[in-house]
Amino acid sequence: MDLVLQHVANATIMGGTYALLGIGLTLIFGIMRIVNFTHGELYTFGAYMMFFFSVMLGVNFYVAILFAIVAGMALGATIELTLLRGKRNADIDTTMLIMIGAWIVMQNVEILTWGSVAKSVPSPLPNQPLELGPVSISWLRVVVLGVAVALIAATYYMINRTRLGKAMRATFQDRDTAALMGINVNAIYTSTFALGSGLAAAAGALLGPVFVVAPNMGDIASLKAFAIVILGGLGNITGAAIGGFLLAFAEEFGAGYVSSGYRDAMGFLIIIAVLIMRPTGIFSRAERIG
Amino acid sequence: MKRLLPYAAVLAFALVPLFLKDQYYLNALISAGIFTLAAMSLNLLLGYTGQLSLGHVAFFGIGAYVSALTSLGFSVEIFGVQITHEPWPAVVGLALGIVFAGLCGFLIGKLAFRVRGAYFVIVTISFAEVVRLVALNWVELTNGPLALPGIPPLTIGLPGLGYTTLWTKIPNYYVVLAFIVVAYILIRRLIESPFGRAMIALRENENLAVSAGISVTRYLTLATVISGAIAGAAGGLYAHYIQIIDPQIFMFLNTVTMVIMVIAGGKGTLAGPLVGGLIFGLAPVVLRAYVGPEVQWILYGVLMILIVYVLPEGIVPAIERWFGRSDAEAPSAPKQPTIGTEARA
Repeated sequence: MDLVLQHVANATIMGGTYALLGIGLTLIFGIMRIVNFTHGELYTFGAYMMFFFSVMLGVNFYVAILFAIVAGMALGATIELTLLRGKRNADIDTTMLIMIGAWIVMQNVEILTWGSVAKSVPSPLPNQPLELGPVSISWLRVVVLGVAVALIAATYYMINRTRLGKAMRATFQDRDTAALMGINVNAIYTSTFALGSGLAAAAGALLGPVFVVAPNMGDIASLKAFAIVILGGLGNITGAAIGGFLLAFAEEFGAGYVSSGYRDAMGFLIIIAVLIMRPTGIFSRAERIG
Repeated sequence: MKRLLPYAAVLAFALVPLFLKDQYYLNALISAGIFTLAAMSLNLLLGYTGQLSLGHVAFFGIGAYVSALTSLGFSVEIFGVQITHEPWPAVVGLALGIVFAGLCGFLIGKLAFRVRGAYFVIVTISFAEVVRLVALNWVELTNGPLALPGIPPLTIGLPGLGYTTLWTKIPNYYVVLAFIVVAYILIRRLIESPFGRAMIALRENENLAVSAGISVTRYLTLATVISGAIAGAAGGLYAHYIQIIDPQIFMFLNTVTMVIMVIAGGKGTLAGPLVGGLIFGLAPVVLRAYVGPEVQWILYGVLMILIVYVLPEGIVPAIERWFGRSDAEAPSAPKQPTIGTEARA
């Protein structure tokens, strides 16, 4: 029983960052109809920016997280402006090829810039774990969960309560009608991609100190984000948030009780199972988009 | 003139080993040939049915592993039952690899074609990842990350020549060339048959094709089976040529290499993957002299983006247009990208 509680705690903490990854990806797909293969690289970029600001420049740990998110948003906006703006009306396979190309370029630039040796980001938090009865969690992971939940809440607020969020939802529903209503669709696309990228970078900046920062860390993150998004239904933000936690639980319990070697396989098995039974995601009430 | 081009190309490549004695370049040509074969199989899906399979390396790897394990023998315990397999000849392994990869194509086709577009892409990636994780973790069978060494080379019997074991590069070169020729003829006959027309109809307008009585699942599954089997053949050839394989074979970059060969050469054309395969199969040899592998991949990535922007149809259709030969006998890629390739409700 104690072990189960420990697994639940571990899964909840991972779930927070998975949800960040998933929400970012599903936002971009939902509004822009783009399968963002650079998502994992933006995650990696966030982790390296965390290393850059926190370790190399000695910026405060929490401020470094913020800087990493901003850097991720800036990179996302750049990708959108340079690679995607010209292909606004292209079909989904075309933009997919562009994003795969961008993914390969980004990953290898990261290897050239930072070397292939993994880097670690020390945290200022006490090494003593937080003891909650039989469960013990490191303080760093508690902070990671807290920041992730705060970011998810902020994203929700932004999308549901602000003018920009309203414009995004309108574009999501019908791009042409939104444009006729005076919404600057180009600006919405750029800010959506920047927001999604910022969330991916945030996940990287949060998990970088927990694990290590390495150039290929984004590959598996990309694939997990896809799993989360499929689980929740492409374009479904709440679905992605819940999907993130579900994937974390499936991985944690799969690794704990089945085989730790197949931890990363859980996501893919979930994808295959969901697509056999409910191709539009397990939270889709009716046909959403696509 | 145009009709003679394939024969001339085969003849030219058949003559290459007569003057090219350098083992390094022969090796590069053989590797390029193996990947070209895989690219040809991907083209059947990507070019003719319009479905982007990003897990194609799974078929390649399955072909390689099945072929290697059949010819090496293995002993595993599944649910308490000890299964021991004595080594069989390499040629049998290659054949079994092709059959297995084709079977996986059947399963994936049945499963994946329930969905389209983005969903299909993600299912195929997931499939490749699951297969990679199995190869990595089922150590008893696959030796995991420690690789499977000592895979025997192919032994083939030719009438009048007796049995030969392909220890050296030149016979391997001819075997790969023969496989490419056979695959080319197979794909060509397929495309020109009613089956091929049905596939192209599905690519162009699925709803219209369905209303004309074309069974989507049947044709797309068949395409995946044949595509998987050819990719499995390429994997088997790879395993017996290189003689050692490890789970790195399932690397996503291998799929990317196949995709770039197809889209650069011209998807949906018979010659496209051959031209793309030759260029990108040999590009690493040229680039290696000047830059590291990272820069090579960066160039590939940039090129992929540039092709989409500048030459979306690929090299072969562009050349055909240049020479005013757009009336190619094979159905070429659509002028307009197909739209509405979304997940089925």
